[in-house]
Amino acid sequence: MSPLDAPATIDAPAARSGPRRLQATGLAYIDGDIHPAVKSMTDLKPYLPRAWWDTLETYGIRRRHGSATVEPYPKAAPLACRRDAWPDDGRPGSDLALMQEQHLDHYGIAHGILGPLGPTGQGELNLDLSAALCRATNDWQRDAFTRREKRLKGGLVVPYEDGRASAEEIERCGADLDFGQVFMLTRSQEPLGNRRYWPIYEAAASFNLPIGIHVFGTSGHPTTGAGWPSYYIEEGAGHSTSCQTVVTSLVIEGVFERFPGLKVVMIEGGFAWLPMLAWRLDKLFERLRSEVPHLKRRPSEYIREHIWVTTQPMEEPDDRRDLFQVIDWIGVDRLLFASDYPHWDFDDPFRAFPAGMDKTALRRICEENGKGVFRL
Amino acid sequence: MTKPYAGAIDCDVHPHVPGIASLTRYMSDYWRDTVAVRGIESFETMAYPARSPLTLRPGVGTGATRADAAADGLARSLLDPEELDLAILNCLYAVQTIRDDNLALAFARAVNDWVRAEWLDRDPRLRASIVVPQGAPELAVEEIERLAPDQRFVQVMLIAGGEHPLGKRMFWPVHAAAERHGLVIAIHAGSSYHHAVTGSGWPSYYLEDYAAQSAIFHAQLGSLIAEGVFVKFPKLKAVLVESGVTWLPAYLWRLAKFWRGVRNEVPWIDRSPVEIVRDHIRLTAQPFDGPGSAADVQRFMDLLGSEDLLLFASDFPHWQYEGNAILPDGLSPALRRKIMIDNPRATYPRLARSDGGAHVAP
Repeated sequence: MSPLDAPATIDAPAARSGPRRLQATGLAYIDGDIHPAVKSMTDLKPYLPRAWWDTLETYGIRRRHGSATVEPYPKAAPLACRRDAWPDDGRPGSDLALMQEQHLDHYGIAHGILGPLGPTGQGELNLDLSAALCRATNDWQRDAFTRREKRLKGGLVVPYEDGRASAEEIERCGADLDFGQVFMLTRSQEPLGNRRYWPIYEAAASFNLPIGIHVFGTSGHPTTGAGWPSYYIEEGAGHSTSCQTVVTSLVIEGVFERFPGLKVVMIEGGFAWLPMLAWRLDKLFERLRSEVPHLKRRPSEYIREHIWVTTQPMEEPDDRRDLFQVIDWIGVDRLLFASDYPHWDFDDPFRAFPAGMDKTALRRICEENGKGVFRL
Repeated sequence: MTKPYAGAIDCDVHPHVPGIASLTRYMSDYWRDTVAVRGIESFETMAYPARSPLTLRPGVGTGATRADAAADGLARSLLDPEELDLAILNCLYAVQTIRDDNLALAFARAVNDWVRAEWLDRDPRLRASIVVPQGAPELAVEEIERLAPDQRFVQVMLIAGGEHPLGKRMFWPVHAAAERHGLVIAIHAGSSYHHAVTGSGWPSYYLEDYAAQSAIFHAQLGSLIAEGVFVKFPKLKAVLVESGVTWLPAYLWRLAKFWRGVRNEVPWIDRSPVEIVRDHIRLTAQPFDGPGSAADVQRFMDLLGSEDLLLFASDFPHWQYEGNAILPDGLSPALRRKIMIDNPRATYPRLARSDGGAHVAP
């Protein structure tokens, strides 16, 4: 078999029957990244006006890339999911009972923060359809997950390329404490500090909702400033640079001066890059501050006060002490555990952290820090 | 007292083209006419605004008397006072922003000939990059072949933010030519601006544009590794110039982890990206975008995990460091010597001889 031939079907029950493993840690985890999914698009039909459903059926999803079906970079596994996370019908993440059994109960997850990924309307070119789909996704998410499982908190999806419509959606749903965050993607049409997005931040801050910014999205630009890479490994590893673009933009364009109560959580980009970015921005600020007189403090200070990072996929240096050093530089209070259930690069709560990790730090990252962030 | 950088090899110095007349004199009649008839004033890059504090350090001067505009000015401002052994010139005249491949080649040739005649011929301590029309690899190879016999050209310079990642197959003839001639591939900060500098579009401020450069280098490193450039060209080395330094470990940890997860996509990569970097990638040490304290610099060097990776560079005339702190505090004397002398000599085949290849006639 060629290394590129992958099995075409998933034998999920067989994959699930492997031996139960690992000792419980006794931590009551707050998992900052769980992905719920629709079984199929028809799950959204009851929440979508008839005209939009017809549009969707006729013209499909249209985003800023050419492929109507597969992702431009085919994933490492079908739908990028764990083989043992497929329910008997539908997609991984669509079966609440399986999610409860396999993830929430098994690991002792106290709270899971949801991040619905496509098709949710985010990045859809038709802005009215984008807004309608986001509304439908939020309503479906409540009925299918957060109303039925109080450990789960929703990710309030917004049609972020339309700042005003996004603010309206936050106004519509933001008072509902079933939502733990406003949910956006890193690859936007312009860097997210651009003022076209400011209505989103204003609305989120008014409800004390953090902005969770998850990797992916289709910006219409090459995924890197060096052009389009060829491989999934490049696009995957490159997500940390998209996160750096977001943090740089939010800080330098003055979002945190404008919205001093705003909290931002960077999701699924790892975290080890953050202290180095702060050093780089501080150094540039020192030299170029005349260009950005709207900034009153050094970039690292805004980062320290407003940015949280989720841990998955956790960087794995050869020497685990390097990771502890990085955590120390970031500040242990700014890290939030995340598993990315049910995706293939899932970080197992019981074994994601290297041995020898300080117990107090672990407790803060896994069960305490999130309380102050996600309205829990 | 010995100067702290005496004997060092400066791997990133920027000669400034003082005006288009400096280049047209090295062009054929056709291109000289083109410049005149079409009113081409200059190709300067937005990546280094002329008056930005980052572009020009204090004391360099302005206008025609800028210290970076002629070899004697550079000698007076940098090489003599610091007692440097050699310096590698990376001319940032914005050839890479030109969309017409023929025009780009004409300007690349003029830049290279200007550097050769007015810099290399005037100071035996100088070495240079070959500037190429990056959008047309076939023409780039032509220019490399033209200049490779002159041993004072020690590398091929490519811009980090070109149209396509440099590991892609279209660039393999360039890498092959470099390897064949014992030239290093130098990837320098900057952009062609043929597309946005970030994967999420155009930032509002210059500060963000410059900050984005290190993200572009992440992508270039990922491309060179994933596409298998160093499998195909095992003797090739790539130097990331003005990339910043501190971004490397976190990205490598991440890339190595992804490689373990999805290596069936790139089955020709048979060892960890960390090992590939140790053997094939070097970085110039300015800007050192590091932590403030010497103790943290030491901790960061531990994270970097190798003493072979960094090459001494002033990035003159860009204003990266204060005073003459070309290297940051926190490095041992032995490591400083490696960065200043041993690492550059081990990186550049054309600088390997103990006399640095000085006084080699073309």
